[in-house]
Amino acid sequence: MSSNAITIPGTQIQARPWVDELHQWVTTVDHKRLGILYILSALLFLVIGGVEALVMRIQLMHAQNNFVSPQVFNRMFTMHGTTMIFFVAMPVLFGFANYLVPLMIGARDMAFPRLNAFSFWLSFLGGLLLYFSFVGGSGLYGAGNAPDVGWWSYAPLGARAFSPGHSSDYWTLALLVSGFGSIGTAINIIATVLCLRCPGMKISRMPLLVWLNLVMAGMVLIAVTPLSAAQIMLLIDRYLGGHFFDTQAGGSAVLWMHFFWIFGHPEVYILIIPSFAFMSEIIPVFSRKPIFGYPVMVGATVCIAFVSMSVWAHHMFTIGMNSYANSFFAITTMAVGVPTGIKIFNWIGTMWGGRIQFKTPMLFSIAFLFQFLVAGLTGIIQSSAPVDWQLSLSYFVVAHFHYVIVGGILFALFAAFYYWYPKMTGRMLSERLGKWHFWLFLIGFHLTFDVMHIPGVLGMPRRIYTYEPGRGWDTLNLIISIGAFIQAIAILVFVANLVISYFKGARAGNDPWDAWTLEWSISSPPPAYNFATVPTVASRRPLWDLKHPEDPDSRYE
Amino acid sequence: MSAVTTSFPNTAAGWQLPSRGKVAMAGLIIAESAIFTIFVVAYLFYLGKSITGPTPGEVLETPIFYTICLLSSSLTIHMAAKCLARGIGFAFLGFWLLTIALGGLFLYGTAEEWHRLIYEHGLTISTNLFGTTYYSLVGLHGFHVTAGLVMLLTVAVLGLCGRIGIKQSGHIEVLSMYWHFVDAVWVVVFTVVYVLGR
Repeated sequence: MSSNAITIPGTQIQARPWVDELHQWVTTVDHKRLGILYILSALLFLVIGGVEALVMRIQLMHAQNNFVSPQVFNRMFTMHGTTMIFFVAMPVLFGFANYLVPLMIGARDMAFPRLNAFSFWLSFLGGLLLYFSFVGGSGLYGAGNAPDVGWWSYAPLGARAFSPGHSSDYWTLALLVSGFGSIGTAINIIATVLCLRCPGMKISRMPLLVWLNLVMAGMVLIAVTPLSAAQIMLLIDRYLGGHFFDTQAGGSAVLWMHFFWIFGHPEVYILIIPSFAFMSEIIPVFSRKPIFGYPVMVGATVCIAFVSMSVWAHHMFTIGMNSYANSFFAITTMAVGVPTGIKIFNWIGTMWGGRIQFKTPMLFSIAFLFQFLVAGLTGIIQSSAPVDWQLSLSYFVVAHFHYVIVGGILFALFAAFYYWYPKMTGRMLSERLGKWHFWLFLIGFHLTFDVMHIPGVLGMPRRIYTYEPGRGWDTLNLIISIGAFIQAIAILVFVANLVISYFKGARAGNDPWDAWTLEWSISSPPPAYNFATVPTVASRRPLWDLKHPEDPDSRYE
Repeated sequence: MSAVTTSFPNTAAGWQLPSRGKVAMAGLIIAESAIFTIFVVAYLFYLGKSITGPTPGEVLETPIFYTICLLSSSLTIHMAAKCLARGIGFAFLGFWLLTIALGGLFLYGTAEEWHRLIYEHGLTISTNLFGTTYYSLVGLHGFHVTAGLVMLLTVAVLGLCGRIGIKQSGHIEVLSMYWHFVDAVWVVVFTVVYVLGR
C-alpha cells in the first residue's frame, strides 16, 4: 500500500514522512483503515497459503514424485488449511464488514473503535505466531517445526506423545488468540448494527449486507467459542497433564472431534453468509432491480444460522455413531439446503427481467451462483451417511469443500473487491485486467476442482503425499495441478490490477455503479468522519429515493 | 470538494437505539455461555469414566455457605446499581464493597476446597479425568469471578476517590450484568458438580 492510501483528496497540503504515515496506520482505530488492514493482512496470508497449495500440487503432479518429503507435505496441508480458514477467509470478511457496515448504516465508526483495533492486531499477530512455528516450533526436542497434524489436529495426534516439541502449541495458541480477536469483532459488529443506525434505518430497512453480517457475528459468538474452549482443554492436556483427550486415562478422542466440528461446520456458514451478503448487494445493482424477496432473504439467513448449528457430526459419519445420530445429522444436513436454495432462487429472481450489466463484479457473481449450486449439490450427496462412508476422507471431499470455499466464497470476494475497490481507493479497477482475471481464474478453478472429484470417486485418499502409478490417478492429478497454476497466474493478474489501478485507474467519483446504499453517497475514499451530517433514511434504498424524488421507494413501504 | 456529504432531509424525531454497552455485554455473555457449555458437556460426559480414584462422591463436599455468599452478591450489586441510578452515592459504595466482600469470600471458599482436595485427597488436575474436568470447570468459573473482582475493585477505588456518580450509572449496570452472569454460571456449575455429579 502506498503511503497516502486514505487521505481526503484536496485536503492534504503536503505528504507526511512515511514513518509518520506508518505510525498512523499502526495506531489507527478508524474502521475504514482497520478494514483495509484486515484485507491486506488476509491478502498476505492468501499468497502464503497459495504457495503452500502449489507445493502440494507440484508434489502430486505425477506418481512417486520427490519434490518434498512426506514430513514437509504434512506441514504444507496443515498450514494451508489453517492459514486459509483462520488468517485469510475470516480476516478478509471481517475487513469488509468493518469497512462497510458503519458506512451502510450511516454511522461514524464501529461501536468500539479501540476494541476493533485490538481485535485486528490479535488476529494478525495470531497469524504471525502460527508462522513463527517454522522457526521456533522444534523447541528443545528438535522434532519437526511447523504443525503437521492436519487442520483438525485430531486427538491423539495433538497430544504430547505424537506432537512433541512446540509445533502444536503454536497452532493452538494462534487459533486461541485469533479466536478471541474474532469474538471481539463479532461483539463489535453486533453492537454497531443494533446501536448506531442512523435515524430511519429501521431493522427492516438495513441493507442485506448489514443484516447478513449481523447474523454472521451472532454465529461467531456461538460457534468460535467452542473451538476456544477445546483449545484451552488441549493446552491443559499438553501442559498441565490433563486427560481430556487422553484415551489411556479414559479420555475420549471422539469428544475432540465433536468439539472441533461444533465449531468447524458453523464456521463454513460464518464464511459463506458474508459472501451471500456481497451477492445480495452486487446482483441487484448490476441487474438494475431491487433485491427480490428481502424479508425471505433475511428469514432464510437466520434459518441457515440455526440449522447449521445442528449439522456438525456429518463430518463424523465414519467414526461409528449409532444409526439415530447418523439419521439426525443426515436429515439436518439435507434440511440446510432448503433455505440455501431459497436464496439462490431469490438471486435469480432479482436478475430475472433486469437489465443485466456484465461488469467484472457481476461476472464473478454469476459464476458464484453456478458454482455454489454445484458445491451445495455435492454437499447434499455426501449428507447421506452411506454415501459418505464411501467418499469420506477422499479427494471427493476435498473437491467439495474447495468448491464451496474457492468457487463460492472466493468468487464472491473477488466480486466484492471489484465492486468496493473504487469506494476504498477512489480509483476503478481495470475492466480489461478484470476480465483476464475472471476468465483465467474460472478456467483454472474448473480444471482443478471439477476434475478433483474424479480421483476421489476412484478412491484417492486426501492428505497422501504420493501414490503408485497405474491407478488411473496420474493424468487427473496432472490436470488438477495445471489448473492450480492457472489460478495462481490469475491471482497475479488480480494483484497487478490492484496495484496498477491504485495509481493509474480511472477516477471513481462518489457513485460509479449508480448504486443505492449509503456508502455511495459520500466521497471515494470516504473522509475520516464518514458523513458530514447524519443521514436519515426512509426506505431500503436511500440513494434511489434521493435520485428519484418523483418516485421514491419510501412510497411503497 | 469531495468531502462534502449528501444529507438526507426530515430527520426522524425520537430515534431511540439500545445502549451499546449493554448489547456488547450481552454478546460477551452469549460467547462465554458457549465456552462454559463446552466445559460442562465435558464434565458430564466424563462422569464416572475415571480409571482411578478419587471419585466425586468420595471427596466433594457441597459448599452451601459460599454458594449463598456468591448468589447474595447478585442482590447486593443490584442494590448498588439501583442506589447509584437514584444518586445515593453513599449507599452505592456500601453495597458495592459488600459485593466485593461476598465475592472474595466465595473465592476463599474455592481456595479452601482446592487446598483440601490437593493436600488431603491428592486430587490434582492430572490425577484422573475427574480432576481434569473438575479443576478446569470450577477453575474457569473461578477465573471469571477473579476477573469480575478486579473490575469491581477498580470501580471501588474510583468510587472511594469520588469519581463514580450518577453519570456512570450506565457503565455500572453493564458491569453488574457481567456479575449476574458469573453468578448464574455458578448455579449451573453447582448443579452439575455438586448435585448431579455425586
